[in-house]
Amino acid sequence: MPRKEGARKVTGQAQYVDDLKFPGMIYGATVRNPARRGNIRGIAFLPGVPWDEFTIVTAKDIPGKNYVALILNDQPFLAGEITAHGEEAIVLIAHPDRYLVEEARRRVRIDVEALPCVDSLEDSLAGSLNGTEIIWGDNNIFKSYFMNKGDVDRGFAEADLIIEGDYETGAQEQLYIESNGMIAVANPHDGVTVWGSMQCPYYVHKALIPLFGLTPEKIRVIQMETGGGFGGKEEYPSMIAGHAALLAWKSGRPVKLIYDRAEDMTATTKRHPSRTKHRTGVTRDGKLVAMEIDFDIDGGAYATLSAVVLSRGTIHAAGPYSCPNVRIRSRALATTYPPHGAFRGFGAPQSIFALERQMNKVAAALGLPPEEFRRRNFLHGGDTTATGQVIREKVDLDDLLFRALELSHYHHHRDTFDRANPASRLKRGIGFATFMHGAGFTGSGEVALSSVVTVEATREGKVRILAASTEIGQGTNTIFSQIAADALGVDYSLIELAQPDTSTVPNSGPTVASRTVMVVGKLVEAACVGLKHKLIFSGLLEPGYSSVEFAHAAAAYIDRIGPLRASGEYKPPPNVSWNDETYQGDAYGAYAWAVYVAIVTVDPVTYEVRVDDFVAMQEVGKVIHPVLAMGQIEGGVAQAIGFALYERVAWNNGRMANGQMTNYIMPTSADLPPIRVFFAENPYAYGPSGAKGIGELPMDGVAPAILNAIEHATGVAFNHIPLVPELVMESLLAR
Amino acid sequence: MRSHVPSYELVVARDLPHALSMLTEGFRPIAGGTDVMVLFEAGKLAHKKWMSIRGLPELRTIDVTPDHITFGALTTYTDVRRSAIIAAEFPLMIEAAALTGGIATQNRGTIGGNIVNASPAADTPPALLVYDAEVELTSPRGSRWVPYTQFHKGYKVMDLASDELLTRIRLPRKFASWTHFYRKVGTRRAQAISKVCFAGVRRGDQMRVALGSVGPAPIFLENSDISAISPIDDVRSTARYRMQVAKNLMEEFLHASA
Repeated sequence: MPRKEGARKVTGQAQYVDDLKFPGMIYGATVRNPARRGNIRGIAFLPGVPWDEFTIVTAKDIPGKNYVALILNDQPFLAGEITAHGEEAIVLIAHPDRYLVEEARRRVRIDVEALPCVDSLEDSLAGSLNGTEIIWGDNNIFKSYFMNKGDVDRGFAEADLIIEGDYETGAQEQLYIESNGMIAVANPHDGVTVWGSMQCPYYVHKALIPLFGLTPEKIRVIQMETGGGFGGKEEYPSMIAGHAALLAWKSGRPVKLIYDRAEDMTATTKRHPSRTKHRTGVTRDGKLVAMEIDFDIDGGAYATLSAVVLSRGTIHAAGPYSCPNVRIRSRALATTYPPHGAFRGFGAPQSIFALERQMNKVAAALGLPPEEFRRRNFLHGGDTTATGQVIREKVDLDDLLFRALELSHYHHHRDTFDRANPASRLKRGIGFATFMHGAGFTGSGEVALSSVVTVEATREGKVRILAASTEIGQGTNTIFSQIAADALGVDYSLIELAQPDTSTVPNSGPTVASRTVMVVGKLVEAACVGLKHKLIFSGLLEPGYSSVEFAHAAAAYIDRIGPLRASGEYKPPPNVSWNDETYQGDAYGAYAWAVYVAIVTVDPVTYEVRVDDFVAMQEVGKVIHPVLAMGQIEGGVAQAIGFALYERVAWNNGRMANGQMTNYIMPTSADLPPIRVFFAENPYAYGPSGAKGIGELPMDGVAPAILNAIEHATGVAFNHIPLVPELVMESLLAR
Repeated sequence: MRSHVPSYELVVARDLPHALSMLTEGFRPIAGGTDVMVLFEAGKLAHKKWMSIRGLPELRTIDVTPDHITFGALTTYTDVRRSAIIAAEFPLMIEAAALTGGIATQNRGTIGGNIVNASPAADTPPALLVYDAEVELTSPRGSRWVPYTQFHKGYKVMDLASDELLTRIRLPRKFASWTHFYRKVGTRRAQAISKVCFAGVRRGDQMRVALGSVGPAPIFLENSDISAISPIDDVRSTARYRMQVAKNLMEEFLHASA
């Protein structure tokens, strides 16, 4: 199946927000805090530009509430008296001459009286414990979780061996191809309309309502063609939409606000840095009896989505293993960095990195091969996860592991490298990780979202899908069309997609959490089945129809009876329960399971690590579109190789100092190995055609597989990513 | 685009004399623009008067005489990569050109520009240094040839007067039988800016070594003494890493050329 919007993209007809132009449109820019956390003492507009021609907006101009509505509503659209971090927006300016806007941006002087900063998880925690430096709330803690299964203290008492380990991961920039941007038209009479690049139209909608104090019908959000998101366009677009709309409201003119790459990299959210401490108790025969995990993430200066990122990281922290006693404490802590936010994997890549390094450490302490140690502890059907969720689906991790090791010639390479390395300048190694990723919102999240999808037939005999789920390059349009065509029994070409526009499409929830196919796709299927039944029950269509007969019947229905529409509404699978207080229960409707294997070469001259081969073996329910599914896995592995080895955010005074693609080293295709993707299928009863979510899965297990391979190659246990050559050197020299 | 475009001036040089006369009026040359335009985009291009010399064909030639290969300052990386005689006698130039930026940059970027932009991280200067290049500097007062090893004086400081244009580069044809060694360390394999760039040639006891990204300017090592480098910590790497890798590369060069 060709991509629904593919031809429009390759012929340049696809309209991205920066392609739009409105009559009388002016250009906006954001002036940010030039210092760090502090009190805003004054704002001066230096001479050199005609300031009387500019629209200028500060916190004082906000017509409604000055917060970005999300979870805790703590982040202002514009800092007023206090600024919490060095990339915070304080002043907005706009002018018809886009070049003059940039000249003017340099002529705004913001005087900030410095307040103390908190630059690390340690300092944030120290502030929390000693009350020394509190920068957020009462204790610098955005959110904490405590999860307990069994009796961990007794588990440790029974353990023959207790192994501890510390692990850290760094920030990572999403680096979608299209930088962020919005256009807004706003006035008291018509309300507020924004067009832009985004993942979640209804998140933007929700944020604009209190900002302007308008009713929901007065706010309209339209998603333009969007060049990638990876979580980076989950929450920050609300901020930009608000800024564009505030300028439009004050000027009375359409305002375009587009970030260039530098602003997008430095000012918008990144992956949460993390620190994990593991304490693992095992018996001498290699059975896990106690796992104690402390997992902290750096949320930056405002809460944004940290609570939910932490939740996913916490739930995934104990991995696909059966252990009777598990205790996990986790915290999202405040620092004075720009807020961290959603990024593919959403906390799970961080905690799984720690776990899969720790599992190798435990195996080594036991004298067991890492694969054998895992085999002795894998979850099987009927076992319970760390949240006490009983695994009801058929899960066969042993088979995935066996196949992944076969496909990568694991044992052969391990032996060969062991023999060759002592005499070789280049050191080679092979390693793997086993993991899972829960698809959809956590716990009761999907019930709270109660997503809706509508389908409607047109007089031309086409069927249009109305959903707020966005195409951001991952294939939503194509997959939804396939699901609809299958459910309706008509040709793929008869399916159309309505542009996500909050004035016309129902809220099918945000395009996040690997939920679009599994959860929303199921609603597309249900809505299409409903539509088909309506037609059949009307007597206008006989079962066994062709696409042409369907089209005629639909036209006849519209003529004789009226609009032909049907909706699908979310219903949770049966026997699912979740307790938000104890964090126990069915965390996710379904998990995808995977085993990833990496082969690396470490060059002791340059300390560079190269990934030579990569096998990604996963079970994802049912693959709906093999090419797109393969693309998701390949892209995710590539992005995770960046996370593991290349992409280091250089922080300087609370800011990203390498906000350019020349200095923030994302791997190129020349740096990537062959990524060999394999799927095992095990249809999930509550996904469309049996599909489970896959978008985030490939981000989770790559980094630990690579670091496990590096440990094999060098004999050095590296536990901190990104593992850039400078860090490799320091450890190898210290050896 | 963060620059205020209307406040910049750009003139196009008709020929070399015209270019030289515009230099005296405060216009600076822009050739491929692969460095200048990056600063322009970022709003960090302080100088406002620019002169495009890109259309001067007399500066985009490769001439071969029995003693020298001489190329015009506007010779692009792609021109270098396509030259059979450079490949045969000065292979490090080919490697350096192939590792500079991507295809688009190689099509526009010029060797002369790479020299006078004077980035410490530039990739062709170490090769030019070991090949004992000379550069021709031309002004209305006339031309002079300067040994390239004497050209860089400090960070972005060169033996180049404000009315002089770098017009040609020549390499003595005496290295064909030497062993050539080049290594660019930039963490990723393409589109990278060097953390350390190493060029070396050797024939028996004769050895010439030059490096990039380990000091304020590309450096030619007198007596091949690696301790002469002075790397720093910056956004791309650390001084310790650069020092250690430079030493390792020196060792590897000695080993490979032995």
